[in-house]
Amino acid sequence: MGGVKVLGLNSSFPCVRVLWALKLKGVNYEIVEENLLNKSPLLLQMNPIHKKVPVLIHKDKPIVESLLILEYIDEVWKTTYPLMPEDPYDCSMARFWAKFVDEKVVVTAFEAMKSEGEGKEVAIVAAKETLELLEKQIEGKKFFGGDEIGYLDLVVGWICLWLPAIEQVGGMKLLDSSTFPLLYQWTQCFVHIPAIHECLPPREKAVDYFQTGLNYLRSLDASKK
Amino acid sequence: MEVRLHGMWASPYVIRVIWALKLKGVKYEYIEEDLSNKSMAVLEYNPIHKKVPVLVHNGKPIVESAVILQYIEETWPDRTPLLPEDPYERAMARFWIDFGQQKSLTFFAFFLTSEEDKHKTAAQVLETLKILEEEALGDKKFFGGNTINMVDLFFGWLTYSFGCMENISGVQVLLPETLPRLHRWTLDFKQEPVIKENLPDSTALLEHFKRVTKHLKSSNKFKPA
Repeated sequence: MGGVKVLGLNSSFPCVRVLWALKLKGVNYEIVEENLLNKSPLLLQMNPIHKKVPVLIHKDKPIVESLLILEYIDEVWKTTYPLMPEDPYDCSMARFWAKFVDEKVVVTAFEAMKSEGEGKEVAIVAAKETLELLEKQIEGKKFFGGDEIGYLDLVVGWICLWLPAIEQVGGMKLLDSSTFPLLYQWTQCFVHIPAIHECLPPREKAVDYFQTGLNYLRSLDASKK
Repeated sequence: MEVRLHGMWASPYVIRVIWALKLKGVKYEYIEEDLSNKSMAVLEYNPIHKKVPVLVHNGKPIVESAVILQYIEETWPDRTPLLPEDPYERAMARFWIDFGQQKSLTFFAFFLTSEEDKHKTAAQVLETLKILEEEALGDKKFFGGNTINMVDLFFGWLTYSFGCMENISGVQVLLPETLPRLHRWTLDFKQEPVIKENLPDSTALLEHFKRVTKHLKSSNKFKPA
């Protein structure tokens, strides 16, 4: 009672976003490791609607969806390390870009990973277009949050390790340092922050996570034919 | 302190922003957009999505209706609160708005349903609305409790647009027999003064929906899977 639990796994980047936020805020937490191919009764009870990780359990109440969990963490532990910008306009920009990352950048990267043949080239172009927009957003700034990392940095953070893993599984390159120098530079600064670095899984785990996911999807497609 | 709203009279995304501004007593200038011939302002303010609503406050644009609602709440916090104070309750309010956004394809499929699929798509909508009724509304008068809040504003389209979808598809879903508490909510919601005074004309709306449905179906843009 009163403790903080995170249902998830550290190879899943939406879960790691939550761990990063808790670490930056100095909040102690316990990870309850989930097997996504065999979800626990606790997960199904705590997130009956979406049945997904991460789930933050605080004072025995569940909060779900990583972006919502980040805002919750920021509002509960508001005296340490603010994540959201102070100014409402900057807040709205952060929320807009967070949604863009999850709905466009992540989705197009997955599409490129899954696609084969001619479709793959088209998917790669689409993914790169979303990265271009992100590149413009970091222009003139050290981090998306300014001088310190904030909410949007945690949301974009998956590109420092999970995007290379997606590239490896998909046999392609999306974020190269010559095409996206600012974004690349940002990943180098981000990944060296201690709280960030401590929560990163080994790269092979992330590769394995996506490869397993891809194999599963392909087996579903094969069984439909 | 200048507030402008670029919108379109039939758009539920725009109308929920109008409701929020009116509830907060914020004076604003409204600009009606022709969505087939968008103004330079919309294209400049929302270059990524090129959509309405666009709220412009002191020359700065905010886009995406859910983001705009939060911006309005944070910019004018002392009048008519639209989110609960408690962080957990706020997270739950944001969860339901996110749920509504995640289910938009389900509603869209019903909106553009073919004759053969109408009962199947209607059943999927009913399932979604049952979750909303049971888990989000429960026995409360409004999603916000005794007074309306952001969740009520977000789902407010069910009280006017949804009827048009039912009319066009020929299947009624939101009935006292099927969704008693949600149905009662639609009546209570529309009685609230700000809502009542800011609903689109129902005859004009149905004609608009019929035109849009015909156009989308003939262009094959959103062919149901």
